Amino acid sequence: MTISTSQSAPDQASEVQRKFGISVEDYMLPAHRQIQMVAPDGTLNPEAEQGTEPGHEYPIPGDPELMAAYERLVVGRRVNDQNSALVRQGRMAVYPSSHGQEACQVAAAMCLSEGDWLFPTYRDAVAVMAKGVDPVQAMTIFRGDWHGGYNPMEHKVGIQCTPLTTQLLHAVGVAHAAKLRGEDTVVMAMCGDGATSEGDFHEALNFAAVFHLSVIFFVQNNKYAISVPLSHQSVAPSLAHKAVGYGMAGERVDGNDLVALLAVLDRAVKLAREGSGPLLVEANTYRMQAHTNADDDTRYRDNAEVSEWKAKDPLSRMDVYLRNRGLLDDDGAARITEHAEAVATQLREGLGEDVPVEPQNLFRYVFSSPTPQLQEQSALLADELAREEAGKAAQKEAGK
Amino acid sequence: MSPTITTSSEANGNVSAATARAAANAAAAAEARGPQSVTMAKALNTAMADAMRDDASVLVFGEDVGRLGGVFRITDGLMDAFGEQRCFDTPLAESGIVGMAVGMAMNGMRPVIEMQFDAFAYPAFEQIVSHVAKMHNRTRGALKLPMVIRVPYAGGIGGVEHHCDSSESYYAHTAGLKVYTPATVADGYRMLREAIDSDDPVMFMEPKKLYWSKDQVDLEALAADHAAHRAAGSSSEGKAAVARSGTDATLIAYGPSVPTALAAAAAAAEEGRSLEVIDVRTIVPFDDETVTASVRKTGRAVVIAEAHGFASVASEIVARVQERCFHHLAAPIRRVTGFDVPYPAPKLEHYYLPSVDRILDAVDELQWEN
Repeated sequence: MTISTSQSAPDQASEVQRKFGISVEDYMLPAHRQIQMVAPDGTLNPEAEQGTEPGHEYPIPGDPELMAAYERLVVGRRVNDQNSALVRQGRMAVYPSSHGQEACQVAAAMCLSEGDWLFPTYRDAVAVMAKGVDPVQAMTIFRGDWHGGYNPMEHKVGIQCTPLTTQLLHAVGVAHAAKLRGEDTVVMAMCGDGATSEGDFHEALNFAAVFHLSVIFFVQNNKYAISVPLSHQSVAPSLAHKAVGYGMAGERVDGNDLVALLAVLDRAVKLAREGSGPLLVEANTYRMQAHTNADDDTRYRDNAEVSEWKAKDPLSRMDVYLRNRGLLDDDGAARITEHAEAVATQLREGLGEDVPVEPQNLFRYVFSSPTPQLQEQSALLADELAREEAGKAAQKEAGK
Repeated sequence: MSPTITTSSEANGNVSAATARAAANAAAAAEARGPQSVTMAKALNTAMADAMRDDASVLVFGEDVGRLGGVFRITDGLMDAFGEQRCFDTPLAESGIVGMAVGMAMNGMRPVIEMQFDAFAYPAFEQIVSHVAKMHNRTRGALKLPMVIRVPYAGGIGGVEHHCDSSESYYAHTAGLKVYTPATVADGYRMLREAIDSDDPVMFMEPKKLYWSKDQVDLEALAADHAAHRAAGSSSEGKAAVARSGTDATLIAYGPSVPTALAAAAAAAEEGRSLEVIDVRTIVPFDDETVTASVRKTGRAVVIAEAHGFASVASEIVARVQERCFHHLAAPIRRVTGFDVPYPAPKLEHYYLPSVDRILDAVDELQWEN
């Protein structure tokens, strides 16, 4: 590999003026309104009402991309609901559902190319699957036989992160290493609205900006951090406004509008790949269900609020839009449903399976090779288990 | 323009090439000069420079490590020698430094990062404990994090508060971290090279009061040794050193306390007592074998460490020795550690730090009348 030359950012003001014809402040501040292409009723907004403005232009993606995205959207919803059902049946310990946020999940993965990286949170299982990770492997973290079920290197997907925003810095490091080698890798770093209060959010955005790295910080603003509403996290005009403080561009987009999400993120990836540095995209969405099955959301929000967001559902909106455009008919919809059912079956079978755990794996992956202390402890456990087995065998013998 | 270099990081699937070449170069250079007076600082600096020369995936970054060469000058000259891409200053944010290093290590690099001072590493604690230590485990071995976190630590330099903590116990208590701490100039070179070679993350605790300690050392010969060891796949990791042989009692120490233990042993010799001194070198992994052999031989032991004694590495060593050597012991094992108080202001630190007298007092109490 080759370590490339200059690390420092080019003169941003003149670069932005040349490229977008607007001032660096106008480029970094989000557009005056959030970007929305398709209204909640499924109709296409007139161009003048899409929120775009000079320097903040977002071409609508082509039909094949929209159709592929819609299919992943339907699968994502099915995955969410299947997993929640598995939790209710006691076959999975816990599942933080992204029900209602599937458009964000799908767009975050689909805007990336094969060599690009995705750094997800615990609520981003649908994005992880949309990036190519096997659904059952993606759910291992919640099945309980190991922490992570997939190899991050295989699909360039970081392990789902439970501590908040720590993974954003890993995204920064992956992008930094790629930049030093002269690679044009783009890294998608995901977090939620509550996470923007964490210190690592600040450090990650600042590092990415200072080192001029190709990272897209994608904030799914789903309005709640477990029970605490957005108003208790931040009083900024929007979370996207935080970008300008770091010297990067911010944009806010309707997070339940898959068309707008793809338009905004596709352009963000293109800009990042061209070397424009990091970007912050805030998706305005809603967590339709409780934080997890262990949470009771009736303690902190009204049903009326949830119902209001039901009308903004990303699936029905996309369904109407595609049918109006003649891209989707009943046959097409049936085929997609069949695909979603196949994935649900795969999850039911995979997670229902009683996977034997290997006790010695406790010691196998602490270091590249176990220390003498771990070898001793491994022997102790092996002996304990052997005696247990011998005891059982003796009991069986005695019972004959 | 920065140089174009082929890297050889093997940890996450990159191809290796440079080892043999480095061995040959170092061996050739070793014939040139003999031992010279070298400081621990120079040994550490040379270790990083040699590692960067051998492998372009080795990067050095942190606060003030570039143009300034670090507040202790341990990275002096690295930016000039290897360019701003290989050695650079970061924004002032320790969690950011460690977290970014995690991502870089995931993506083919071998970051060697500096935390400037022991207590300034605490903002990075979550990254170290939840990610650096656990990534290999969480991914069932799929990811390795070959990274070194250098921490200038411990006291004895008259530093103001938050500059003199002995923080090694926090890291040693965390499964998944290796914890090294050199006490000699030669080990400064040897152990930092091994830490950089390690595919597992290493907390590299540098006793800051020993930075300017000197010894007659042949750095080129050490480089040649290292290359030979690396080619043979052997290393001194996890091996304690017998810093001084003795027969009557064993002093077990590490890092900044090793010279104090040696001074105590020298003083005891004048009084006719022969003390063996064990330099632990790597707290994790711990060398039970060497420590146990010494205590079984002498039958008496004192563990010495600057850190607070309560729930510390020193406590762990006492427990391990007691479990393994109980029937060989003529007396309970004693500890000489820092008191369980916040690290004191400069004019009070000599009351706090383990001293030769306090060690000799502890030795005196090892029930010699029996």
